[in-house]
Amino acid sequence: MLEIKNLHANIDGKKILKGINLKINAGEIHAIMGPNGSGKSTLAQVLAGREEYEVTKGEIIYEGKNLLEMPPEDRAREGVFLAFQYPVEIPGVSSTNLLKTALNEIRKHRGLEQVDAMEFLTLIKEKTKLVELDQQLLSRSVNEGFSGGEKKRNEIFQMAVLEPKLAILDETDSGLDIDALRIVAKGVNTLKSKENAVIVVTHYQRLLDYLIPDFVHVLYNGKIVKSGGKKLAFELEEKGYDWIKEDKNELVIN
Amino acid sequence: MSDIKEIKKQYLKSYELFENRLNGERFSSINSLRKEALNKFSDLSFPTVKDEEWKYTSIAPLLEHNFVPSLDKKTLTKDHVKNFLFENLESNIVVVINGHFSQELTSLNKIPKGVEISSFAKAISTNSPWVEKHFSKYTDFSNHIFTSLSTAFTKDGVLIHIPEGKIVEQPVHILFITSSENEKFLIQPRNLFVAEKNSQATIIEHFVNINSGVYFTNTVTEIVVGENAIIDHLRLQEESKSAFHIGRMDIDLERTANFTSHFISLGASLTRNDFNAKFNDEGGECTLNGLFLTDGNQHFDVHTLIDHAKPHCNSHEHYKGILNDASRGVFNGKVIVQPDAQKTNAFQENNNIILSKEALVNTKPQLEIFADDVKCSHGATIGQLDNDAMFYLKSRGIGEENARAILIHAFASDVIKSVKVKPVRNYIEEILADKFNQPEESI
Repeated sequence: MLEIKNLHANIDGKKILKGINLKINAGEIHAIMGPNGSGKSTLAQVLAGREEYEVTKGEIIYEGKNLLEMPPEDRAREGVFLAFQYPVEIPGVSSTNLLKTALNEIRKHRGLEQVDAMEFLTLIKEKTKLVELDQQLLSRSVNEGFSGGEKKRNEIFQMAVLEPKLAILDETDSGLDIDALRIVAKGVNTLKSKENAVIVVTHYQRLLDYLIPDFVHVLYNGKIVKSGGKKLAFELEEKGYDWIKEDKNELVIN
Repeated sequence: MSDIKEIKKQYLKSYELFENRLNGERFSSINSLRKEALNKFSDLSFPTVKDEEWKYTSIAPLLEHNFVPSLDKKTLTKDHVKNFLFENLESNIVVVINGHFSQELTSLNKIPKGVEISSFAKAISTNSPWVEKHFSKYTDFSNHIFTSLSTAFTKDGVLIHIPEGKIVEQPVHILFITSSENEKFLIQPRNLFVAEKNSQATIIEHFVNINSGVYFTNTVTEIVVGENAIIDHLRLQEESKSAFHIGRMDIDLERTANFTSHFISLGASLTRNDFNAKFNDEGGECTLNGLFLTDGNQHFDVHTLIDHAKPHCNSHEHYKGILNDASRGVFNGKVIVQPDAQKTNAFQENNNIILSKEALVNTKPQLEIFADDVKCSHGATIGQLDNDAMFYLKSRGIGEENARAILIHAFASDVIKSVKVKPVRNYIEEILADKFNQPEESI
């Protein structure tokens, strides 16, 4: 589904990603872990198409297409979804309006008919239940005045409505209490299928107790320095990241 | 400079033509005012950017043209009028064509007995007591050359008088239609709205045109909101994109009077607006809101003055500007709290969004407070569409144009939402949607 080859990316001339290689197949959950500043969020943003990041080298092939050539809206229409680490507040735009516009643009892109008001309401109702989101929040401005937990749940709710093929959760677990964390994980697990894939960017192993990854990758200093199975996450939780850093430094020295 | 003198001479010369047409009216009570104003016009100079009040607005483009007063009445049909009505709004329709009140096209459905909605010319010729009592009492022409021009040429417009306790349920929709071919008309409707004690009305001043190019609207409206009266006022400026629009409005608020105004400005190449509200007694409430949209080389200027002369009054002001291309906007909002005006609440805000590199806004909120027990605030912002919000919308599959439209709409939404007349609100929403939501190319 997704193949990242030797990806290098800069922001404001600063090198952040320094040669990422990653292959993800449909049906898989990949966790990307690593210390602060290692480039996790940059990778998530580059995948979603944030223009501020400049890709200097490498390529990303998504479903056989060159992802880097697509503007962000086309990536979304092709099924890429980013759950933001810091969901943006947009005063004056209701969540309902945003989602209806988004859903219809995606459907149009895929040659499907527009949803009418009734169908949309039914869909919304169903999906709010999934993430236990208060439906009243939807008539309010997007994320405005939402609590941290509500913002994160709202991201997963949007994901549930838009049904992406490739979902990237950028630190969706940060700042969530255990109940909210369970709800988010339950939501993602329900949406998970053989046809789609999930990238979980996280700092902690906690979420991975509920959202079992097939692969765990450790990102450090702009590169994936270690990959493994679920066990790797436990190891990281136990030992922290220092041993990875040391390993890495040794590698550099050698 | 000689050109400007020449232009002034032209205006003075056209006054002779105007005067010849006055016939019997020449001896009416207001003729001395006309004369006085004409003398003032002759004495005053056209403002330049060296004048503080005109610092950011050059009227040089206006002075390039030789405008002639539109002295003859023009007839239009009901079909012409139909195009300008708001969908689903039942209203009393008043039509003014090139500054002349059109009795044929005016249709008053539902006005209570005693309410007067008529031609200003007729009011003058019949020696209306309201004209006698209120005309030119609130609008000082001595320091404003365009107001002196308007006053000198006072002829027609709209008079509304709502007697004590009367409530006009349906909005009064006044259409100021300009219909010119190649003539460069000077059009000067002069209006007076008087709401007596405990009365209520909604008045919409709507400036439109039929295929007109270059013309000059110079309009003055005086509004008296009597004790405990409520006036909801709307002004929509949809002049031709080559036109000039100079608008002035003076509002007198009496005890516990309530005045709300929304100004939506879309047209004209150059528009300057002076809105002055004065609390002449305690307990009044005044809202001045506005939304202006400019593109191309349009220039928009609004100067507002809210004078808290008495205690216990509240004023709210919120102007929003959306500027594209090489257009310019000026907001100058002054609030004066006089020494006696304790317990004043005055809030003012101006927010602008600039959609292009060439657009420019000058904003100047001014608070002058001479009382010590008051609550006042003001603020101004100038910004661009939020990049983070744009990316967020795009990351959900929403295309560039739609994302822009959504954010622009969101920016304008609080001012639009405060418009009480729903069909007008819908109309403004549609304008925004048409302007910023170009249909995507079909795939």
